[in-house]
Amino acid sequence: MNRSIIISSVLHGTLIFITAMSLPFLAKKPLNIPPIVSVELIQIAEKTNIPFAPKAKKIIEKVKEKEKKLVSEQAPPKKVKKTKTKTVVSLDQNNEKIDNQKPVAIPLPEKTVKKIEMKKENKQNPDKVDDEVKQVSEFEKKDLFDPNNIAALIDKSKIDSADVIKKNNDITQDQDKNIESAGLTLSEEDALKAQIFGCWSIPLGLPYNENLLVRIKLKLDPDGSVVKTEILDHARMNKPGQGFYKVLAESALRAVKLCQPLRVPSTGHERWKELQLNFDAREMLEG
Amino acid sequence: MKDMIKKFYFFLVCFLIIPIKTFALIEVDITRGNLNPLPLAVSPLSINDKSKKSFEKILNKKNIGSEISIIVENNLRTSGLFNPLSKDAFLQAPDIANLKPRFEDWNLIKAQALITGKVTYVDEKLRVEFRLWDILAGKEMMALAFTTVPENWRRVGHIISDKVYERLTGEKGYFDTRIIYVSEEGPKTQRVKKLAIMDQDGANNKFLTLGNELVLTPRFNPTSQMVTYLSYFKNLPRVYLLDIETGTQEVVGDFPGMTFAPRFSPNGKKIIMSFAKDGKSDIYTMDLENRIVERITNHPSIDTSPTYSPDGKYISFNSDRSGYQQIYVMQSDGSDVKRISFGNGIYGTPVWSPRGDLIAFTKLHKGKFYIGVMRADGSGERLLTENYYQEAPSWSPNGRVLIFYRETKTDAKGKGFSAKLWSIDLTGYNERLVETPTDASDPSWSSLLGN
Repeated sequence: MNRSIIISSVLHGTLIFITAMSLPFLAKKPLNIPPIVSVELIQIAEKTNIPFAPKAKKIIEKVKEKEKKLVSEQAPPKKVKKTKTKTVVSLDQNNEKIDNQKPVAIPLPEKTVKKIEMKKENKQNPDKVDDEVKQVSEFEKKDLFDPNNIAALIDKSKIDSADVIKKNNDITQDQDKNIESAGLTLSEEDALKAQIFGCWSIPLGLPYNENLLVRIKLKLDPDGSVVKTEILDHARMNKPGQGFYKVLAESALRAVKLCQPLRVPSTGHERWKELQLNFDAREMLEG
Repeated sequence: MKDMIKKFYFFLVCFLIIPIKTFALIEVDITRGNLNPLPLAVSPLSINDKSKKSFEKILNKKNIGSEISIIVENNLRTSGLFNPLSKDAFLQAPDIANLKPRFEDWNLIKAQALITGKVTYVDEKLRVEFRLWDILAGKEMMALAFTTVPENWRRVGHIISDKVYERLTGEKGYFDTRIIYVSEEGPKTQRVKKLAIMDQDGANNKFLTLGNELVLTPRFNPTSQMVTYLSYFKNLPRVYLLDIETGTQEVVGDFPGMTFAPRFSPNGKKIIMSFAKDGKSDIYTMDLENRIVERITNHPSIDTSPTYSPDGKYISFNSDRSGYQQIYVMQSDGSDVKRISFGNGIYGTPVWSPRGDLIAFTKLHKGKFYIGVMRADGSGERLLTENYYQEAPSWSPNGRVLIFYRETKTDAKGKGFSAKLWSIDLTGYNERLVETPTDASDPSWSSLLGN
């Protein structure tokens, strides 16, 4: 019994000691953390839609604000909980030692420390709000369906009075199964665009000031070859005085033919089997 | 918990709505393309042996079919919009290609369009048929046939070029046209200046005057083959009219002072020019039918180089009324004068594009001459070319190419001076020397000769 008390008190003592030692470090930490959970992650994200990006930014801003509050409110309890994180502390101490010898080596170990801390925070704060943070910062992870998470999302979208599209996007971000409902992703669209940019010889004689937009609807095979092309304003093709339109439409068709097979995503044929290309030369001709 | 279930249902509803979006058409905006010239193949026009021999006798050309195709090829290449492929790469013989091209073969050499044709000798006439094919779509885009006297074979080539150009770019061609210019010979102090005319590609050069009087600023009538120009008579510059077909020449009006910078109105019925008297110069028009002279501007400054807009409603001219020479636009009756050039430097010789959207001008800034274009309201100024000395832009009839002349510097020994015609298109990239047998200045581009 006595022995247990001694062990207990020794352990407690150690804990208090460690906590006391690590306090200055923890006090520093909140300053560093907020900017880390990040914007960049979203912008590079593989499954991000163009229309979504600006919205995502807003969301991130909001999340950031919330997170700031969160950090300032919840920071003290964290410190107490941190008692278990021996690794962190020891790492830090190691750092200090290294610091004295080689000041150059600081950045790397510090980063690892921060990462570890971040993860821990997430684990330690299973709040709804924190879930949001997770959702935004880990788009790529496509977490499994989690009612908590979604409830949180819906909650947020209610608060934000967001439109329906946004809600859908938010949900699809987390739903792997639902990926087909989205349009092409940023990189998929870029690949397709870049390919067609290269194939399309813009007829240079066109006037810069006319409304010349050619919309072409394509039917595609899974390998990207074009089964059918259809000019959406077909009536305009053979109208007198629309010579320029005809020329542009033909050049667009040539571009599509020349580009075959199109660089389409390897999956989700259902999603892009019908595609509409809007050829607009105004930007190029104006210059 | 109840709240949770509620939210869960809400989510389910959302989930059910999503499929509507699933099959929404994906739209991709294509806002950029390449500006490379369109690769096309001009197959030599096929010709049978009998016709070949007949033409060889008349025209002294071995294979008139390939001669015509070379003209077409050169025209299309100089436009800068097309890239005619080397004939060495062609896989199909001309006679078969004209019947039904094997599109795969042409696709293989990366041609996007193909021109084929056939020349025959029928009743001492030259009969040419040609076809334009869309290789990628695998279909015929155009087919035409002409019959003409054999001597006209060059024009046939130009007409084919115009048709192809129009079909592929949507705007009229400019190949079946002529250029009038001032031919210059001799040392700088004793320049002999003659009026000369040639085809747009430099062929068929002809002199129209003998060179005993100084001639300047020839300008084509936009509707017919008439030319107005300036020549000296008793040491006074006078505006003349010349009919190219008949060779008749006459003085326009008899003014007590100097008249210069003449130009036709868009309908060809009036001449607009400046008239100098008492140290100031104003703009006048003269009706060619009834010879009534009308004064358009009345200002103590020097107003000159007038040019009509293609609809005849406006006149652009340059004037030094602001202190420096700048470009102005007014209504055709002289009201509502507005300055449109506001950049640094001196602006001159405005020329309204036949398309109506742009005004070409010469600009002098920091000792350099520029040829540029701006929109009719003065916005969107773009300088196309810069050089030591260049002047007098003139538009091709489709408003896409400018021809002007450029002089080179005389070196210390008084040599190295030359004046040559150059053309440049609106992109500013396609600048070309137009070959002339002598030095040349003051070019003017005719309208299409009419087919």
